[in-house]
Amino acid sequence: MTTIDLNQIRENYHTAAHTVTRRIIICAGTGCMANGAMKVYDRFIETIAKAGIPVTTELKAEDASPNKTLISSSGCQGFCQMGPLVTLIPDNILYTRVAPTDVDEIVTSTLINHQPVERLLYKNPANGKSCLGTNDIPFYTRQARATLKACGALDPEDLHEYIAHGGYAMAHKAYAELSAKALCNEILLSGLRGRGGGGFPTGKKWELTRIQPEPKKYVICNGDEGDPGAFMDRSVMEGNPHSVLEGMMIAARAIGADEGYIYVRAEYPLAVKRMRKAIADAEQAGLLGDSLFGTGQALRLHVMEGAGAFVCGEETALIASIEGKRGMPSPKPPFPAQSGLWGKPTVINNVETLATIPLILASGATAYRKLGTKSSPGTKTFALTGHVANTGLIEVPFGTTLREIIFNIGGGVTCKDGTQDPQGFKAVQIGGPSGGCLTRDHLDLPMDFDSLKTVGAMVGSGGLVVMNQKTCMVRIARFFMQFTQNESCGKCVLCREGTRQMLSMLDDITEGRADTGTLELLEKLANAVQKGSLCGLGKTAPNPVLSTLRHFRAEYEAHVHGKTCPAGECKALAHPEIDPALCKGCTACAKKCPVSAITGERKQPHTINASLCIKCGVCAQTCKFNAIKGV
Amino acid sequence: MTTPRKKFDKVCAILDRYERKPSHLIPILQAVQAEYRYLTEEMMTYVATSLGLPPARVYGVATFYSHFALEPKGKHVIRLCDGTACHVKGSNPILEALWKKLGLSEHKKTTPDMLFTVETVSCLGACGLAPVVVINEEIFGQVTPEKACQLVDDIQAKENK
Repeated sequence: MTTIDLNQIRENYHTAAHTVTRRIIICAGTGCMANGAMKVYDRFIETIAKAGIPVTTELKAEDASPNKTLISSSGCQGFCQMGPLVTLIPDNILYTRVAPTDVDEIVTSTLINHQPVERLLYKNPANGKSCLGTNDIPFYTRQARATLKACGALDPEDLHEYIAHGGYAMAHKAYAELSAKALCNEILLSGLRGRGGGGFPTGKKWELTRIQPEPKKYVICNGDEGDPGAFMDRSVMEGNPHSVLEGMMIAARAIGADEGYIYVRAEYPLAVKRMRKAIADAEQAGLLGDSLFGTGQALRLHVMEGAGAFVCGEETALIASIEGKRGMPSPKPPFPAQSGLWGKPTVINNVETLATIPLILASGATAYRKLGTKSSPGTKTFALTGHVANTGLIEVPFGTTLREIIFNIGGGVTCKDGTQDPQGFKAVQIGGPSGGCLTRDHLDLPMDFDSLKTVGAMVGSGGLVVMNQKTCMVRIARFFMQFTQNESCGKCVLCREGTRQMLSMLDDITEGRADTGTLELLEKLANAVQKGSLCGLGKTAPNPVLSTLRHFRAEYEAHVHGKTCPAGECKALAHPEIDPALCKGCTACAKKCPVSAITGERKQPHTINASLCIKCGVCAQTCKFNAIKGV
Repeated sequence: MTTPRKKFDKVCAILDRYERKPSHLIPILQAVQAEYRYLTEEMMTYVATSLGLPPARVYGVATFYSHFALEPKGKHVIRLCDGTACHVKGSNPILEALWKKLGLSEHKKTTPDMLFTVETVSCLGACGLAPVVVINEEIFGQVTPEKACQLVDDIQAKENK
């Protein structure tokens, strides 16, 4: 079998790239696709061809015709709020919210007359100035994009492009130049910690697996990103699938595995498709197979689609799922490093962790440690969502503060209708259903694995959900409890029954049935569930409750003792009233009220009959004068 | 009359594709569901027997994972994301609006005419667009209760044509 010649591919690519004078990159991440990016893509091809400009969608070494415009799609560029995104190179222009109808103008103004289309540029809300490209936009300039750098630039389905930008060079180095032990050592020295949530040192995990005498070993990529509010792994798998494969190849070399699985959530069909294509392309090119880089070491990779169970993100449950069983966790030890898939030593790494591996080998462990904090080196991707101006995918060094992320990168907190709300920040939920909330007091805390633990939260997989003052923290705790209760596999009694009882207590609180003992009982049970559960799901399920109790106890007490919801979200605790000073007697609310609880004379203040009112809130939505209070 | 052999032809082809290995149970059930839209008891028993597994094991797996449906779904499956981001941005009013419009509830997920199924999912990973609704395979972002009802109207209009 011939070995792949990476240099030849690189040369061919660059020769072909010389025939291209302009490149138009259309973001084809899930966000932009939902907003019609592919229609924009098609329209570009059509319009440019019509304008008489030579256009291509693929770089081919044999096509030597000059001055072409290359149209390509990329993975998620992160700025999902502003999609569909269109980048022009070498103009370095980023157009936002591009509709197919805008394409004509872009072609005429920018491609032909070299003028930017002002109205499609991003406007910095801080000063109202237009930003030409990513170099001007605070959302990008304040990030440190390393793992995400290639997502959003490269065509995820083009193996040759990945190779031309240095891809698989580190896998080659790992197989051709480095010993397994040296590889484990390098990763250990880099201080890389697992990005899936636990933060266990990756090098240590590898070394533990490497030293097992068993000849058959497995490498598994954990792409079962189940945390609601997190989509980093999805973006990496969709945007740069080859970086995940390269990371797996290096991991396989380090531990001596010849087979591996990529376990992807079934909710991510595009990630499944891209990973499958990446494997097929790599196999066809001779990168994967019976003898990697001519060393005689084999590696076969398979994609396994999950079937919808959050607990399968836990490594022992994930292994059970690959074996065709119910995804139930098993006690550790034995650790998967000793006895994993089919009883063989197995390394399980998260998608982001694996995608970071080639970067570490390329820069060296010492250089890698320069970013981030001492105990948590490197960068971390976060999914920034909720009540924040710029939702999307970001990457910052560990040690960055929440203030920087929310106010500078995120562009500040917003109201429910999306307008800016400078005083609106209430809390941010970090780490999903296993994590906790951070408040105003934590805005200047440098975030890393350890600092977050000390304040009762965790990095988790990296979901950051920003919440404004109108968000009820008890309901947020209830939301997560409902999630974990639903996803508990049922093996441990305390997790199975405890989460159900906690959910019912939270229901009592939000619906006005709680009494003086409820909060104490809730706390007691939360601690018991933490102690009495086998896996991470149960151990961390009470975290959102404990953390909101710790930081927003007054809000719980208002629900329990005052029977009111300070944020006004709990309908059962609402006491709608009409402010006679504001009511103009327009009768709009009385007409909309489904139970005819509102009465009054025309042009006179109306009243609500509390015994009839079902607290649906329609009146408050209808009133143009904000006269209805307490809903 | 269809002979039993004929009835399970497609299932047999799927089983063969996965080499009849019990470890491939999940992909086998996924493929069967993709073919028939849901898993019947008969189908699960057939798969169990073919793989040499007790039917309880297959039933256990099918009920453990939320992706397996043991009841037929409607022609158009509306999946509303109830992940954290969608939740804080108001996915609940959308669900209530859809339920009201289609006469559905928490316990009744499919319309009697088998045209619509409304489900919630824990996170679709499109949080930048919250709240998100997926109809069949198409994603819709920044949905409001009104927009969701409009989407249903559009489908109904197409169906009545």
